[in-house]
Amino acid sequence: MTGAPHAEANHHGHGPAPHHAYQACGCGHEHGPGKAFDTTALISARGLTLKRADRLILDHVDVDIHPREIVTLIGPNGSGKTSLVRALLGVQELTGGEISRVEDLKVGYVPQRFDIDRALPMTVVRFLSLGHTSPREHLRALLAEVGAERCLDQQLSELSGGELQRVLLARALTADPDLLVLDEPVRGVDYTGEADLYALIGALRDKRGIGVLLVSHDLHVVMAQSDRVLCLNRHICCSGVPDTVAQHPEYMRLFGPETARAFGVYRHHHDHAHGLDGSALPGSDSRGAGDAS
Amino acid sequence: MIEPFLLRALAAGVGLAVIAAPLGAILVWNRMAYFGETVAQASLVGVALGLLLNIDVTASVIVTTLAVASLLIVLGRQKLVPLDAILGLTHHGTLALGVIATAVIAGPSVDLMGYLFGDVFAVTSGDLWLIYGGGAVVLGVMAWLWQPLLRVAVHEELASAEGVPSRRVRAAFIVVLALTIAIAMKIVGVLLAIAFLIVPIVAARPFAATPEGLVLTAALVGAMSVALGLTLSANVDAPGGPSIVLCMAIIAGLSLAIFSRR
Repeated sequence: MTGAPHAEANHHGHGPAPHHAYQACGCGHEHGPGKAFDTTALISARGLTLKRADRLILDHVDVDIHPREIVTLIGPNGSGKTSLVRALLGVQELTGGEISRVEDLKVGYVPQRFDIDRALPMTVVRFLSLGHTSPREHLRALLAEVGAERCLDQQLSELSGGELQRVLLARALTADPDLLVLDEPVRGVDYTGEADLYALIGALRDKRGIGVLLVSHDLHVVMAQSDRVLCLNRHICCSGVPDTVAQHPEYMRLFGPETARAFGVYRHHHDHAHGLDGSALPGSDSRGAGDAS
Repeated sequence: MIEPFLLRALAAGVGLAVIAAPLGAILVWNRMAYFGETVAQASLVGVALGLLLNIDVTASVIVTTLAVASLLIVLGRQKLVPLDAILGLTHHGTLALGVIATAVIAGPSVDLMGYLFGDVFAVTSGDLWLIYGGGAVVLGVMAWLWQPLLRVAVHEELASAEGVPSRRVRAAFIVVLALTIAIAMKIVGVLLAIAFLIVPIVAARPFAATPEGLVLTAALVGAMSVALGLTLSANVDAPGGPSIVLCMAIIAGLSLAIFSRR
């Protein structure tokens, strides 16, 4: 991941519209054009703009995700979260803006919804090896890393919500990614399972030194290990560490004082997490310990 | 001694059962059974066009099928009415148009029942060439596209994010589907063509643990149904295509009933 970022132009002759150019939105900084890419980032996006049938979906959005950084993206429904994720994945055509990726950036992706048709029989191990050939032992090790080793030969359609999310994480890890993009990874998972999954994501970051972009629909709870929270409502309204973003006036304005008051941060003070079978996994609070070099 | 026409019917039916299995699986996994049904019934318009323009009916059926499939994909993108309602409209509209057009163009002499339900006992050795030659092309393309088709069926967005060109893969599949429908029409007619694709998959589902296992079991169920159906047909003098499809449906019903009791 040492290569220089290279720009991927998405301009189609649409420069930033003049009336957006230096428009302040009450967040204390300008959303002006022309900011340079962040060369230390795995992926650096500038001025991402998407218009669909005269509706502005994304309005000059800047995003940087660095190695070992967990960035949480929150925003109300229809705020453009999914479009932004698709743009960063390179599967969304944009009206304007540019994305620069580190050379040979490998991205692991966990989609938001995963409803496999029961008419399609498929074991977990087969799902993990779709599109590439990996030895079974390697796939077993990946499943062990996410605490779902016992699912290896189960049918996908028989998995619980939590098991499925772990298997999807393992699938994302088969690419040996530099960046993990997780779209609402705790969907369909109960409250304790949610805490465990967040702990697991933190542990993966620590162990593998990867960057993580985590999209959350839950405005009340943000993973404590997030280095930064981005609050999206077509444009980036505010950003900051989890503890401060909830105090931000833009956040209050966007989600209302009720939500802001209830804003909580996941604190996970265990020194270990649990696998599906109850086995202890590397801890979530071991940041910087051992493998932080 | 088995009559040659019976042997040809058996060869045609078994060939179609094998060709149909992988396509049927993709249709079922993508919840496109009704889409396939609509496209197949619209192929009667292709028959009428072929008769009108005095060109090869198989070719005009393939072209019409592709046109209707493209139209459905475009109509499916609008958000005002759900896709199944669009399919219901197209399904009946094109069937009515096909029946009327065929009758008006070809007059009372045309064997409308033959086009609707096929005539498996009238299969010629030329038809066998079409079934096995066309079938080899279909199976070849399906083998080549199998991994991407499977990944799109599992999760289209994930597949796209991982670099599978899902739109192109789907488009290629539709072309192969059109060719298969044109082949199936010879044997079971436009009304029953999709049954050959869908019903064996349903019958085989309880017995399969892998996607490929499902396809192979479905091919086996299809071939068995052909043998049973032709036997039934020869013994009670019933139409061939419907007899085969009836056997398939009974096997599928039994299979699901036994499975759901467990």
